[in-house]
Amino acid sequence: MSDLKFSEKGMKKYEWLLTRYPDKQAVLLPALRIAEAEFGELGIPEMKYVADLMGISPARVYGVVTFYTHFRRAGTGTFHIQVCSTLSCALRGSQELADHIAKRLGIEMGETTEDGMFSVSKVECLGSCDTAPMFQLNDNYHENLTLDDVDRIIEDCKKESARGGAR
Amino acid sequence: MSFRKIFTPHLGDPNCHTLEFYEKTGGYEGARKALRDWEPDALIDEVKASSLRGRGGAGFPTGVKWGFVPKQTDKLKYLAVNADESEPGTFKDRVLMERMPHQLIEGIIISCWAVGIHSAYIYIRGEYVHAYQRLVAACAEAYDKGILGSKVLGHDFHLDITVHRGAGAYICGEETGMLTSLEGERGQPKLKPPFPAIEGLFGCPTVVNNVETISNLPYIMEIGAEGYKKIGPESSPGPKLYCVSGHVEKPGTYELPMGVNLLELINDHCGGVWKGRKLKAVIPGGSSAHVLSADECDVAMDIESLAAAGSMLGSAGVIVMDDQTCMVNALLNVMKFYHHESCGQCTPCREGTGWLEKIVHRIAYGHGKLEDLDRIDTVCDRMVGKTICVLADAAAFPAWSFTQKFRDEFIHCIEHGGSPEVKRRHPDRIGGGLHV
Repeated sequence: MSDLKFSEKGMKKYEWLLTRYPDKQAVLLPALRIAEAEFGELGIPEMKYVADLMGISPARVYGVVTFYTHFRRAGTGTFHIQVCSTLSCALRGSQELADHIAKRLGIEMGETTEDGMFSVSKVECLGSCDTAPMFQLNDNYHENLTLDDVDRIIEDCKKESARGGAR
Repeated sequence: MSFRKIFTPHLGDPNCHTLEFYEKTGGYEGARKALRDWEPDALIDEVKASSLRGRGGAGFPTGVKWGFVPKQTDKLKYLAVNADESEPGTFKDRVLMERMPHQLIEGIIISCWAVGIHSAYIYIRGEYVHAYQRLVAACAEAYDKGILGSKVLGHDFHLDITVHRGAGAYICGEETGMLTSLEGERGQPKLKPPFPAIEGLFGCPTVVNNVETISNLPYIMEIGAEGYKKIGPESSPGPKLYCVSGHVEKPGTYELPMGVNLLELINDHCGGVWKGRKLKAVIPGGSSAHVLSADECDVAMDIESLAAAGSMLGSAGVIVMDDQTCMVNALLNVMKFYHHESCGQCTPCREGTGWLEKIVHRIAYGHGKLEDLDRIDTVCDRMVGKTICVLADAAAFPAWSFTQKFRDEFIHCIEHGGSPEVKRRHPDRIGGGLHV
């Protein structure tokens, strides 16, 4: 048995959410966000926990999680770089940006570094077309990027990791 | 009447997102006026009279949409604010939510009063974490000051707003897909009818409006329908946010009257095409709009004018392409997007978007055939109007217009071993299979 459990704060938030919707199932996406924040990622045990908590089938939770692209799935690196690669960004150099990041980290798009520190993926439009090229690093947007900016940001992540920080 | 900006005049102030700032600049006066002076039915008529049309993409008259909600019903009614903003080239709602969240909340109060709604949800795309935090903070401020809750602005009217995060899916910008997602399911669209106004969220009558649409309402309360109608063209009036990206000197969100000339927008407001280059093409309303060639760009940016020009205003996401852009590669990028984002429930869309990507891919990568251009037409014919939602149409429109208007470039790629851009970047992949 897994010993996953929401913290008191997480549980309070979950219970508050139940009061905001007339139908329990509607709390699934927000509940998954709590799980993501508390457990760090959504793997099978985390999805199973949410399913049990809400009294819905694990298969249904899995179906929902995998339909969307933005949940933090199991095995994602500490720092997840999501490079916007849709047209407006592509017109202003997102491919060069993605190539540079991949080369710099020694991995291909969609992969995670061996030490588990970085994941990098190409994603579709992030709604930041006027500041292209850009990427989302965990929760934050980094915009109007040059290749030098990328090097600096990657170094900053490494420093943050050495200090014991994560997200 | 000179044009007054209503969305962007205060963006220079770092505190414009706060309640204190918003109230200092006249905020919530429109909502007070609505609750104090307007009977709900008269308010719906006023919004109808203003000719405000939806800013999310479809351009449906807002007041008319409200009027579809049954007056006599035992069911609860809901407002679902569409803040999923996922059409490529569109980023205006993000600005409004990050910088002017109280203007949205005020608009929500006005629309809920008009339609008799006590529960509103803002469905915001999952990637917009900062905007989400701003909205949550703004709602907390509003509850704290009695602007939301059991007695809205001291009136006998209760209203709750819940901010709900999506999780990354273009299709949740489609209204029924959004409602399905809000209910905690995979965000797959549903057949209409029933329309959301009759049977929407949790099976109840639901108004679905875009963030920018709702954010217009305080201004309509201020100047009245008559005043509002005088801004821009009569059939689709009002202040408008244009999102300009791609090959211009100054990309950004520009607030101008509806109907601004596209060339004026690019040249006078955005500093022209970047690097002193020439204009080749513009997608005027998000990537699902038909592309305009440079000689078609002397056009007014409003719903009717762009429809007459064979394209659409859509979400007003203007993507500018310079004369060095490879149109085959640009279309490949767009096709990849729609293939990735198809929710998969309708065969013509699921298969069609895949076929379109594969065909354009092989043209770009040097093993296309001339028949492929006809094949694209055939695939598009089998997609448009044959699915539950319009994602299939949204993929077919650019496929059609790119290959028709820039046919020479497609033929050149077919006859000369692929796109010059691909040859430069991936010489090893020319002639190869699909790389996705």
